[in-house]
Amino acid sequence: MSLIVSDLQCTRGNRQLFSELNFQLSPKQLLFLEGKNGSGKTTLIRTLCGLFIADKGNILWQNQPIEEHLEVYRKALFYLGHLNAIKGDLSALENLRFNHLMSGQKNNDDDLLDALERIGLFGYEDFPTRELSQGQKRRVALARLIVNKSPLWILDEPFVALDVAAVELLQQIISQHIEVGGMAILTTHQAVPLTEGEVQHINLDDFATKSGRVTDA
Amino acid sequence: MLNTFWMILKRDLKLALRRRSEVFTVLFFFIIVVSLFPLGVGFNEKMLQEIAPGVAWIAALLASMLALERLFANDYVDGTLEQMLLTPQPLSILVFAKMTAHWLLTGLPLVLVAPVVGVLYHLEAETVITMMLMLLLGTPVLSMIGAIGAALTLGLRGGGVLISLLILPLYIPVLVYGSGAIAESRLQSGNIEPHILLLSAFLLLSLIFSPWATASALKISLE
Repeated sequence: MSLIVSDLQCTRGNRQLFSELNFQLSPKQLLFLEGKNGSGKTTLIRTLCGLFIADKGNILWQNQPIEEHLEVYRKALFYLGHLNAIKGDLSALENLRFNHLMSGQKNNDDDLLDALERIGLFGYEDFPTRELSQGQKRRVALARLIVNKSPLWILDEPFVALDVAAVELLQQIISQHIEVGGMAILTTHQAVPLTEGEVQHINLDDFATKSGRVTDA
Repeated sequence: MLNTFWMILKRDLKLALRRRSEVFTVLFFFIIVVSLFPLGVGFNEKMLQEIAPGVAWIAALLASMLALERLFANDYVDGTLEQMLLTPQPLSILVFAKMTAHWLLTGLPLVLVAPVVGVLYHLEAETVITMMLMLLLGTPVLSMIGAIGAALTLGLRGGGVLISLLILPLYIPVLVYGSGAIAESRLQSGNIEPHILLLSAFLLLSLIFSPWATASALKISLE
């Protein structure tokens, strides 16, 4: 079980972001995507999720191209972007339950309540999430990580809007996931201390293509 | 697959119930447009009976259009749509569930208030029943064709106006046969069967094609 990216090249509008990007991610590995603003981190992440089509290159999951085995790949994938994907009119529990079931996982309300408690939302389960603070909303979204069984996590800036305690908790959750054989890709500058496993770093600035840049003119 | 359908349908209905004003906006828009015409053109009984089918249908088109923009926009803005696209469930089922919810919230209420039009326009009971039947067949088509437009214009600036330009021409067949049937039913020799069959055909065609077309449009819009 591994994710292999070979010779990937992405263009956004008429600006080529990166090219000849290669990496491999195996169980118990954590990958940090780095690069300055506009270097294409989010585009790469969306490409890895299959939301954005690359110009060139392959993304293989278990040695098969993801676009040919979307259903298998999506079952294995957990993605969380900048947006929390929660509904203000639904309660924390309702949001978590819906998102959890939609990703094809089994429902067990006790587990979900435990997850909400662990993420620090005990007592807030039944409030409409629009009444919660930014950080609490982010916690509702992140509670999915606790109950999620997918092997591959792709998280875009997961630490944004969280307080110190929540950052620590999230670091723990990610490192536990790696420990039990999971994989994760993160775009963040926040270090995640691991008890076990391996850390990779990719700096997208190293793969930036000068020729395609409009700014060169 | 059926599970997914129910889950999304239930969620959309629940969200609508917690934000009832959006549902009532559509309904009251319909009622107001319909009741403006007698005020504008006069209370001549014969003339009102004459224009009733067209007015009812045009008001229905505009009312159903009103809520279209929000069909995917809310989910798009808060990131839910992106997550839905990434689930292992087939996107067309997801889309179909959202269309069904849209119809239950905007189409079905119009069918149910059709008798109000009957009262305002001095229609006979029989004509009102025909109108309800035609609205029942036609409004799902409006929701389904509209969904394609809503998906295509998702995230564009001024998307709301663009949907109208894109979708209203496609509503014309429904308008023609829907109001045609009601007009026909007022005649002694009228036969509404061809109209019913044609509208049913539109309904079946859009049932087959629109979830698929909408799903493709969504993928493009979210890239």
